[in-house]
Amino acid sequence: MTELLQIKAVTKRFGGLVAVNNVSFAVREREILSVIGPNGAGKSTLFKLISSFLNPTSGEVLFRGERISGLAPHIVARKGVVRTFQETTIFKGMTVRDNVIIAHHLRSNASLAGFYLGTNTARRDEDEFGRSADEIIDFLDLGVQRHEIASTLPHGHLRALGIAIGLATNPTVVLLDEPFAGMNHDETVRAVEMVRGVRKRGVTVLLVEHDMPAVMNISDRIVVLNFGVKIAEGTPKEIQENEKVIEAYLGAEDETIGF
Amino acid sequence: MKRTRNILAVAVFMLVVLVGVPWLIEATGRLDLYYTLTSVALLSIASAGVWVTFYIGRINIGQGAFALMGGYVSAILVVQYGVSFWLTLPLAGLFCAAASVLIGLPILRLRGVYFAMVTLVLTEVARLLALALPITNGAKGMVSIPLPGGISIFGLTILPDFATLANPRPAFYLVSVVLMVLCFAALYRLVHSRIGKLCQSLQQNEELASSIGVNIAYLRVIAYAISSFLGGLGGAMFVAISQSIYPSSFTVTDSVNFMLNCFLGGLGHVFGPMIGTFVLYFGWDFLFETGEFQLLIFSSVLIALMLFLPNGLLSLRLFGKKQG
Repeated sequence: MTELLQIKAVTKRFGGLVAVNNVSFAVREREILSVIGPNGAGKSTLFKLISSFLNPTSGEVLFRGERISGLAPHIVARKGVVRTFQETTIFKGMTVRDNVIIAHHLRSNASLAGFYLGTNTARRDEDEFGRSADEIIDFLDLGVQRHEIASTLPHGHLRALGIAIGLATNPTVVLLDEPFAGMNHDETVRAVEMVRGVRKRGVTVLLVEHDMPAVMNISDRIVVLNFGVKIAEGTPKEIQENEKVIEAYLGAEDETIGF
Repeated sequence: MKRTRNILAVAVFMLVVLVGVPWLIEATGRLDLYYTLTSVALLSIASAGVWVTFYIGRINIGQGAFALMGGYVSAILVVQYGVSFWLTLPLAGLFCAAASVLIGLPILRLRGVYFAMVTLVLTEVARLLALALPITNGAKGMVSIPLPGGISIFGLTILPDFATLANPRPAFYLVSVVLMVLCFAALYRLVHSRIGKLCQSLQQNEELASSIGVNIAYLRVIAYAISSFLGGLGGAMFVAISQSIYPSSFTVTDSVNFMLNCFLGGLGHVFGPMIGTFVLYFGWDFLFETGEFQLLIFSSVLIALMLFLPNGLLSLRLFGKKQG
């Protein structure tokens, strides 16, 4: 299996605080890899480092062998590494369909001027984006809300919309930031199926998550962070039996641990 | 269907402003209205520029700087280099657009109140520059700028030489209104094309826009350049009408007014700045009767409007539409 993303000895310092300390691992093609860890373990920082919203203090991130650290986020997105956001980050004032259509921007063949003048290429793009958006919306069960303003959607649907936006960019790797946070059991079950569906489309999934049962259920492999350091990496079974991991979580007195 | 309706609407509007209004003015003998309406048309072009920066989520209180810049560029080209005014009009716009790219690259990283403050300072910087530079003739300004000449293609006169007209005001009115319609038509197309959607995505969430591959820095600069182009265009045309320009021709007050025009008309509608400018300009004139209370009443009404109609005057129309 090829390694799509390589995180190589990445370190991020904020002043005196070392948020991510010398972390290395690789994401393989078409796998679902989860990064877990107690609060403040550096998961979100790591996420921003991979999607290039932050630059590492040292180390580098490679995508298909090419360095992506230090590039602008929109360039990294164009290469195929796309993140979704922890909060329900969407275009609040637009309809669900417009949200997904605008996210097709990366696929456009026409230039800005082309869109302004309404050239044939631009029109073909628009038609194609509309069709593809409808398909993604149906795939994520958002059909009923298609024409609603995004800010009026309930929580679970917002998360689905966030993923729809990510999918619309036609990513190679999608980074999901806590896709199950704040969901009840039923919603989580549905969301887990949704993430599996994303992988079935041929997309590699890297996710950061708190919800242990969901992570154990969905992941092919898991990377565990604690205080910015990688303390374990392996299959869900290996992680569940790992002494260091149990200690980290018990030490944090996290009672929601679901092993 | 929608296209025919749009074309029909534009045709009716053109008929009203190009035939109906002059007819009314001649019939009532209120010739001063030519100047007032010309001002409204030109100010609404500059305000439309401010509206574009609002559209990408930036509060722009610096349009006066570009109106002044455009005015000086046109005046200097006409007076010192003898260039035809009609050629200096687009050149003034392009000069402002180029300048705004240089200025915008660093300052467009700022958001919210920080960007607003910097743009506010820009107007003052422009005024001080106009005072200090030798080419602008300092505080004395540039006066007796010749009226625009004519345009003819293959011997066919499109525009007569303004100096030969007994009263150039109706001619200025017609040219300004046509210019305004062109600018707003171009803007309408922009907003209703994909670029409009991209601008909206910037306005609503720059981080997310960036994560779906939108080059936000590039798009911001483009929008600001369009904004400044319109500012320069309006400023240049104004100078041609008043035949003079001073460092104080466009001040911070004008910059604030350009922004208010957008607020009042509605930030969600392309035609917001046009309606806003019209109402604000005539509202101010209308209150002239109240003498010393003019500013007090004017400001109070503005505050009330912003409180009760936060989405601008055009939101009234939209509300009625949704009900029906």
